[in-house]
Amino acid sequence: MSKILIIAEHDGKTLNPSTAKCVACAAAIDSAEIDVAVFAANAAELAAEAAAIASVNRVLTVERAENEQSLSAILAPQIVALASDYSHVFGPSTTFGRDLMPRVAALLGVNQVSDIMSVAGSHSFKRPVYAGNAVVTVEAPADVKLVATVRVASWQAPAGGNSAGIESAAIDVELPGHTRFVELAAGDTGRPDLQTATRVVAAGRAIGSEENFDLVYKLADVLGAGVGASRAAVDAGYCPNDMQVGQTGKIIAPDLYIAVGISGAIQHLTGIKDAGTIVAINKDEEAPIFEVADIGLVGDLFAVLPELTEAL
Amino acid sequence: MDTIIVGLKRVVDYNVRVQVKSDGTGVETDGVKMSINPFDEVALEEALRIKESGQAKEVIAVSIGDSAAQQQLRTGLAMGADRAILVAADGETDPLTVARVFKALADKEGAGLVLLGKQAIDGDNNQIPQMLAALWDRPQATFASQIVIEGDTAKVIREVDAGLETIEVDLPAVISADLRLNEPRYVKLPDIMKAKKKPLDEINLADLGVDAAPAIKEVSYAPPEERKKGIAVDDVPALVAALKDKGLV
Repeated sequence: MSKILIIAEHDGKTLNPSTAKCVACAAAIDSAEIDVAVFAANAAELAAEAAAIASVNRVLTVERAENEQSLSAILAPQIVALASDYSHVFGPSTTFGRDLMPRVAALLGVNQVSDIMSVAGSHSFKRPVYAGNAVVTVEAPADVKLVATVRVASWQAPAGGNSAGIESAAIDVELPGHTRFVELAAGDTGRPDLQTATRVVAAGRAIGSEENFDLVYKLADVLGAGVGASRAAVDAGYCPNDMQVGQTGKIIAPDLYIAVGISGAIQHLTGIKDAGTIVAINKDEEAPIFEVADIGLVGDLFAVLPELTEAL
Repeated sequence: MDTIIVGLKRVVDYNVRVQVKSDGTGVETDGVKMSINPFDEVALEEALRIKESGQAKEVIAVSIGDSAAQQQLRTGLAMGADRAILVAADGETDPLTVARVFKALADKEGAGLVLLGKQAIDGDNNQIPQMLAALWDRPQATFASQIVIEGDTAKVIREVDAGLETIEVDLPAVISADLRLNEPRYVKLPDIMKAKKKPLDEINLADLGVDAAPAIKEVSYAPPEERKKGIAVDDVPALVAALKDKGLV
């Protein structure tokens, strides 16, 4: 039987939906017993959220003042102490989990399976490589602990309504002081979060300026959509880095993705290939984005965007 | 600090559209353009800028692989690295073993900073910097878009899902580079000539006392699922009609 420990991601107030996606992945392993660990300064509300996720057996809370910020150097030794009873340790393949889980794996002396897309067995998984241009089936050794990150866009969040038991775990390990949180500059846009939005509108360099990005925001607001961007648009300074979609940005899976003035470099396409419907609007009919689009419209975005916003 | 170590991985160039081999054993690399992993190039550029600002004395470029990786190390030397080390290995080396190699080199060279790309664009693992930091028992600052060295500490801005996070770490530390950290310099011809005279040492895992970690086996490669061919619409009303038809608006 697999005993799986999932490291919850949160901002101190609410659980990130990535946690439930990790549970979905763990639940795809036959006869898995799934516990969720919440490391926080105050874990009660977060633990209650985790306990409601279907398939969760138990929630473990580790409350320490040092856990107020999610610093990997602080969390990793605590996770290792908690991991002794488990065969698997999973975290999300968000920047939180990508930063944290390899540090845990190395302390445990094992390699890590990154970005699980699907489960083929308790130690066998599929994962994307080469910006999603190939999918490799991997087999991890069964005689050591398995540490992995879960590609959140590949999984549907399980139902709520569970009421798993909540226990506090006392972990007495020394924590390093060599890494200190200074600040987080987060843009609160009031729009749906990119990684969980059911609709996303995104623009590329062709949008031309930060001011012109308003056209994208207007369409997004009519649709109740999150807003994304290509790397080129972020590099050009038209929008913040947290809007970047692609191999090195966010991997998303909305029901509807509208790409405006995005040519469709492979590094971008890997971030959207799980979208339900891809709409491409681009004035270059040869743009590679049209090869993956479900609906393509060749046209000037400066004419199309206002007209589409008006029509919806 | 005296020494910065930088890793340079030889990978399929980012402009190549890779093809899975028909027997599923990997991707086609015969006759394919190979380059320095783009994130590693950014890491090297940053190390050179730190050295040029007088905050480090030496930049060592390291690659792990077969003799073909000498080409990427020579490019690194031409960019400005002072010397290079090729750790000989056949085929792909797993991330934990690579992290052990960097740990051994960091100890041997007394590195004040190890600057690595945040991920390699072939395996997309995103593991080695974090693993090295764990083995070395030092701080990690991953996905860096700005690095400011202040004496014995570094202030690093990290690109995270929520925005930009600033952390402060004591040196020595491991920092992994994101693409917006800098724009790597172009190599000039005289620099390529000069680079030929710079030292490039070859060593192997045993020289460093490194054991191979338990590897994760790659069973088979397959191309990704293709999306179904879409439709073209002529104007906005047709687009709206198509979206309504699919129940999306």
